[in-house]
Amino acid sequence: MLPQRFHKHSFSHGIHPPQRKDRTAGCAIRRLPFAPRMIIPLSQHTGAPATPTVREGQEVVRGEPIAQPDGFVSVPMHSPATGMVERIAPVPTPKGGVTLGIYIKLYPGAAQEILYGAPQDLESMSPEELTLRVQATGVVGLGGAAFPTHVKLAVPEGKTVDTIIVNGCECEPYLTTDHRVMLEQINEIVIGAMIVCKAMKAERIMIGVEDNKPDAVAAFESALQGRSNNISIHALPTKYPQGAEKMLAKALLNREIPSGGLPADVGLGVFNVATLAQIGELLPQRRGLIERVVTVTGAGVTRPGNYLTALGTPLRFLLEQAGFEGDARQVILGGPMMGPAVACLDLPVTKGITGVLVLTDAEAATRGRKTFPCIKCGECVDACPMHLNPSRLGILARAGAYEVMDQKFHLKDCFECGCCSFVCPSDIPLVQQFRMAKARNRERMAAS
Amino acid sequence: MSADILELSSSPHIHNASSVETIMRNVVYAMFPICAFGIFQFGLSAIALLVTCTASCVLTEHAVCRMAGGETTVNDWSATITGILLGLTLPPGFPLWMAFVGGIIAIALGKAVFGGIGYNVFNPALVGRAFLQASFPVAITTWSPSMAPGRFSSMIPSSLTFPFAAPASIAGWTASLQIDGWTGATPLSLQKFDHITTATAPLFFGTTAGSVGETSALLILVCGLYLVARRMMNWRIPAAMLLSAFIVGGIFYLSDRSAYPSPVFILFSGSLMLGAIFMASDMVASPVTPLGVWIYGGLMGAVTVIIRLKGGLPEGVMYAILLGNACSPIIDNLTQPRIYGQRKAETKAT
Repeated sequence: MLPQRFHKHSFSHGIHPPQRKDRTAGCAIRRLPFAPRMIIPLSQHTGAPATPTVREGQEVVRGEPIAQPDGFVSVPMHSPATGMVERIAPVPTPKGGVTLGIYIKLYPGAAQEILYGAPQDLESMSPEELTLRVQATGVVGLGGAAFPTHVKLAVPEGKTVDTIIVNGCECEPYLTTDHRVMLEQINEIVIGAMIVCKAMKAERIMIGVEDNKPDAVAAFESALQGRSNNISIHALPTKYPQGAEKMLAKALLNREIPSGGLPADVGLGVFNVATLAQIGELLPQRRGLIERVVTVTGAGVTRPGNYLTALGTPLRFLLEQAGFEGDARQVILGGPMMGPAVACLDLPVTKGITGVLVLTDAEAATRGRKTFPCIKCGECVDACPMHLNPSRLGILARAGAYEVMDQKFHLKDCFECGCCSFVCPSDIPLVQQFRMAKARNRERMAAS
Repeated sequence: MSADILELSSSPHIHNASSVETIMRNVVYAMFPICAFGIFQFGLSAIALLVTCTASCVLTEHAVCRMAGGETTVNDWSATITGILLGLTLPPGFPLWMAFVGGIIAIALGKAVFGGIGYNVFNPALVGRAFLQASFPVAITTWSPSMAPGRFSSMIPSSLTFPFAAPASIAGWTASLQIDGWTGATPLSLQKFDHITTATAPLFFGTTAGSVGETSALLILVCGLYLVARRMMNWRIPAAMLLSAFIVGGIFYLSDRSAYPSPVFILFSGSLMLGAIFMASDMVASPVTPLGVWIYGGLMGAVTVIIRLKGGLPEGVMYAILLGNACSPIIDNLTQPRIYGQRKAETKAT
């Protein structure tokens, strides 16, 4: 490992995809109108689905808890609007399956005031208490992973966390939600970071922002003036996938999170800026997570922007508000590198959705080209931030040798960032093949 | 709201512009200046040779695809590369019918039998050339002078040999040209058999005798740099091969300055430059791991020098690269990269 002073504040490999953030980077966050009907899936996070605490026909008020967590790795849900519970029925999910969801019909003309919540004193709380209070807000990783934040706060026994990393990289093309949140909610981010720092008993906070957002770096610099020197801002050379916690840990501190391990294994806690902004805003007021910023962009919308969207808003409503006129080849939830494409617009906005991308034929022009056999150019090997060998993995996947991929070529360490598929001149759908291989391996493990 | 037909696909949904076809096309572009210089040096025969080899490879590729009942893969440009490369490595007066056979062998035995593009174990052009070297050892070592007068008005007599006939001797023809000091030898054979070392400048700029596209080290370097600049070639392979040839050649030279040529001569003579830049770097037949490419290049450079200095042949690039190609899978297997966050105990598992 290099001594700290020689470390160049980056990670090795990775790619430079086109940014395409200009269309929305300058758009201030705007509140989206309320849709006439909201759908709250009970499973929009990693872990056990929440259990509904409301009945069909019951009136709910904006901000009221409507579902409680089922165990520790689970979060509650809060009503995004004042209205009536229409039914509790299955909802489609982006992955293709269904999950149970609460359908809420809004009262037209309701004031939509948030009546729930009561200020609480965080200073006197113990870390364990803070963790439970964070769970009560229903906050999950808003960078896309949707992993319950309070679970990360509970540092496993025998491990200590010294540094909190604040992730403001937003390395996915098109997306600008984190960027706008950094510009407009910087104080909440700092408060959220301090709360998290206290809950994890960490010593310092390091904020990492890619240098394609100089205004966000400047905003942090001025926000941090006069604060104690255990909180620092670092501008990092822009490179995808820097926003992945493993890459960011490497870039900021030259620490490698062990294979199959957690950031806590190397003394780190990594949190996205939007997550911290919500904690900083909600926790002191003891409120629940009911809305988030969503970037709506792509050539298929005429009014792209960063919309503060009530969770549960159907995609169709969101896109109509953003000027979607029906010309779309693909609709993608999240960024174009890792986000899933969806087949229907009746899905609701959930906690993990960072953006909605409407790609037209022109933008998707590089897709659908002929796939060549692997010419072993090695581009994917040079691109993989995990230093895997995607070329070999792909050959094995096409041969159906899924076990070998797992046992000898570290398939499990692939986090599907998409770098290999992006650079592949043969247009081999490598990530898709890896996903399939992983699924097959899971099936085999389950069967044995 | 009409568009309810949405396309589903697995992420990533964007892709960079490069494709196999663009890479291959640019390799062809990169070889054009070398072809042009070869034609300028050796005249009509060089044109005929390059055209014959390319046509032979492209036609064979097309025919093989048709026979296999698939779509033709001629438009991916890889067969064109093979054809041009084969032409560039042959002597300018090489009988055209032999060159045509070489092209057929290159594609059919070097590529198609393995499954076409992406699956070949060896560089197809070198498979073709190795076949020709074994079949026609005299023709492939019969050289004609560079910048011969009248090279654009008539062809070298041996070029137009009737198929399946032995080529006519070109001794009478070269004598009629009355070129001072012409012995029918290339700098490499002069060095090997007569211990006459050609000066560096003619080798570097390419005014010596030799194969059509191997004479000018400078031009080949520049064309290679174009590909490197466009990120269409792994520069580490030629770098490793040239460096290793220089070092191994240097060791020989220092051990006995009277018996061995200087490493600079080794670097700029024969087909080392063309082989290192355009053949050894052939993606399909080379390893993909970062450490593997250095080992691969180093191996080929060392073998080249050892064949040249210790073997019976004046030139060893072709066999060195074929040997390197053969070792490529095992090099790949032995040099799997250490992955991010790999635990120490697991390192042995690979």
